[in-house]
Amino acid sequence: MAALGTLSTANLNGGQKLAVKYFTVAVALFGAQVLFGLLAGIQYLNPDFLFGILDFSVNRMLHINAMVVWLLFGFIGSVYWMLEDEAGVPVVGLGLGNLIFWIFTLAVVVVVLVYLLVQVGPGELKSIWLINEGREYIEAPRWADIGIVVCVLVFFYNVASTFMKGKFSGIAGVLVMDLVALAGIYLAGMYYTPNISMDQHWWWWVIHLWVEATWEVLVGCLMAYGLIKTMGVRRKIVETWLYIEVALMFGSGILGLGHHYFWIGTPEYWFTIGGFFSALEPIPLVAMVVHAVFDAGHHKLKSTNNPALAWIIAQAFGNFFGAGVWGFMHTLPQINLYTHGTQWTASHGHLAFFGAYATMVIAFFYMALQKWRGGVYMSGNLVGAWKWKWAIFLLHAGMIAMVMGLLVAGYEQSQIERAIGGSDWVAYFAGQSHRWFMQGMFWRMVGGWTFAAGFVLLAWDLMTIGKRETRPALAVQAEAAAA
Amino acid sequence: MSQTQALWWASESFWRKTAIWVTAGSFVVLIFLTFDTVKQITAGGKRVPAYSVINNRIDYVFDEKRNFQVPVIGPEEPLFGKKLTEEEAAALVSHGKLTTQAKNCMNCHTLLGNGSYYAPDLTKSWLDQSWGSKEVREQQMVEFLMNPQDRLHNALGRKMPNLGITEAEARATVAFLKWMSSIDTNGFPYNFKPIDQADAAPAVEAAPASDPAAAAPVQQ
Repeated sequence: MAALGTLSTANLNGGQKLAVKYFTVAVALFGAQVLFGLLAGIQYLNPDFLFGILDFSVNRMLHINAMVVWLLFGFIGSVYWMLEDEAGVPVVGLGLGNLIFWIFTLAVVVVVLVYLLVQVGPGELKSIWLINEGREYIEAPRWADIGIVVCVLVFFYNVASTFMKGKFSGIAGVLVMDLVALAGIYLAGMYYTPNISMDQHWWWWVIHLWVEATWEVLVGCLMAYGLIKTMGVRRKIVETWLYIEVALMFGSGILGLGHHYFWIGTPEYWFTIGGFFSALEPIPLVAMVVHAVFDAGHHKLKSTNNPALAWIIAQAFGNFFGAGVWGFMHTLPQINLYTHGTQWTASHGHLAFFGAYATMVIAFFYMALQKWRGGVYMSGNLVGAWKWKWAIFLLHAGMIAMVMGLLVAGYEQSQIERAIGGSDWVAYFAGQSHRWFMQGMFWRMVGGWTFAAGFVLLAWDLMTIGKRETRPALAVQAEAAAA
Repeated sequence: MSQTQALWWASESFWRKTAIWVTAGSFVVLIFLTFDTVKQITAGGKRVPAYSVINNRIDYVFDEKRNFQVPVIGPEEPLFGKKLTEEEAAALVSHGKLTTQAKNCMNCHTLLGNGSYYAPDLTKSWLDQSWGSKEVREQQMVEFLMNPQDRLHNALGRKMPNLGITEAEARATVAFLKWMSSIDTNGFPYNFKPIDQADAAPAVEAAPASDPAAAAPVQQ
């Protein structure tokens, strides 16, 4: 066995060896997301930048696709990370899982190269199969869609059969059911229709039922495991909370889908259904905050892994503010009429994806590194702790600046372009040229650079944390069963 | 004795069952609504017209009863002056839709308000006053799509790049945009002021005041 503090896969179980591969690619793609986000942000301020070489559409597509894929890699990695631990047996199809990892990674590289080098194709089905589907978030060409489904099915097989062979905990039950839904829903996005209303109707099944339902439940499972691992919270409490969260999340989120059906040709009854259920969507997020903060307080913030705990707490708040508050602010049809398709959405999207998902995956990166270095000490007075602390600070400061800049731009846009101007071509540019819009974009860029600095520091920290640490990790302080 | 009984509402099994029932119930309701919605948004219905609607004038008019603007299908006014059968129209609109996907329009523009925010929403772009007048609109749109980078419609230094759109693709895209403007979007976009499409018939003496300005993009 390698010395404490040395990175060695001998410290990991089979599923975890696979998990760290997924995590490594996830960090690289996170970097790509930041890079292409910066390029797209610069183009708002200087439209000639890279014009005709990497147009805004290409940068923006890479920005959001890198995000979807790095989070998926992060989720798959996180589940593989906890799988053997939770089931109590080795991963059933580990060899297959490894093969699929390499195929998945190769496919992502090919898709990105085609996005960068080919960019667009002729208006034929061939382009949609080979180059780019041209549908926001799920631009990946159809061949890649099929590949993703195969990868997810293998992943699902590994997870379900490992749990079936070993222990089937409450977390396992929720996770397996959630993965069925997650994989099944993706199929709704895999067809072509000339009817844009029908297209967007099913497209929202993928986008909404992923990010506002199944992904939320998935991070609920990850948080449950994370709280048990970092603080020794009692399983019974964690799992009861998980069920409450699932009930509230699916109870509000499934019909909350209706808030995307106000303006795309769908019937008027979605005003009522979408408005009502999406107004309930913040409730489970409040429950998650209460849950995480209560547990952390109950354990007096004593954890075996301070960076991971900090990111878990950040997740609870980020999810609540980004998805809950920012989502609710413009979810009712009476306001959404003016905010739909403006920078409000961008503001909400940035804070929600970061707050709800990026944070949780980063928490798992830290949990993984601790064990990868042989169960090294990561609690108070950690050697070189300034790096993780500054990284979390810069990433949040940058994110908040971006979100606020975009929000101001969104307010201005919904007023000038939408409410007054009437959303035509002239009104659009009247909104875009307004001083408040440009100021918002400037501060978004400042936030973007700050965030990028935070990312560099995070990547550096992930490579070095615990390296010079010689103390072993604190033991998990398990709660007395009768507490 | 009954501490566990008293706390039935805090028990794991109660919430497990609740989670299952709530999820299943919501999903069943969603499936029912989906059947109805899909029926209503199938092309050829009241909310989403058949593709041959591109043979007609399409307007966007305030409706007193619904209290927002709704698309109004007007007299025959075939796109590019050629009346199409339902099949021909469907093929043309589909070619246009494929073009919007293959050219990645959605990563700058929004369609029905969804997409990216770097360029204007296209939901009612067919009706936009910036195309000048209804007589030159079709040609303007085709020329813009084929060679957008140096046109006046670009603003703030933001230019639409040349995406290698052929004339056939451009015409098909215009057909798709015309068809899309006929979708009943519950009043989105709000307060939109459509291009003047009234016939320049001499019988109507009192022409709207906006007529002289119709040749140039209207500045507010």
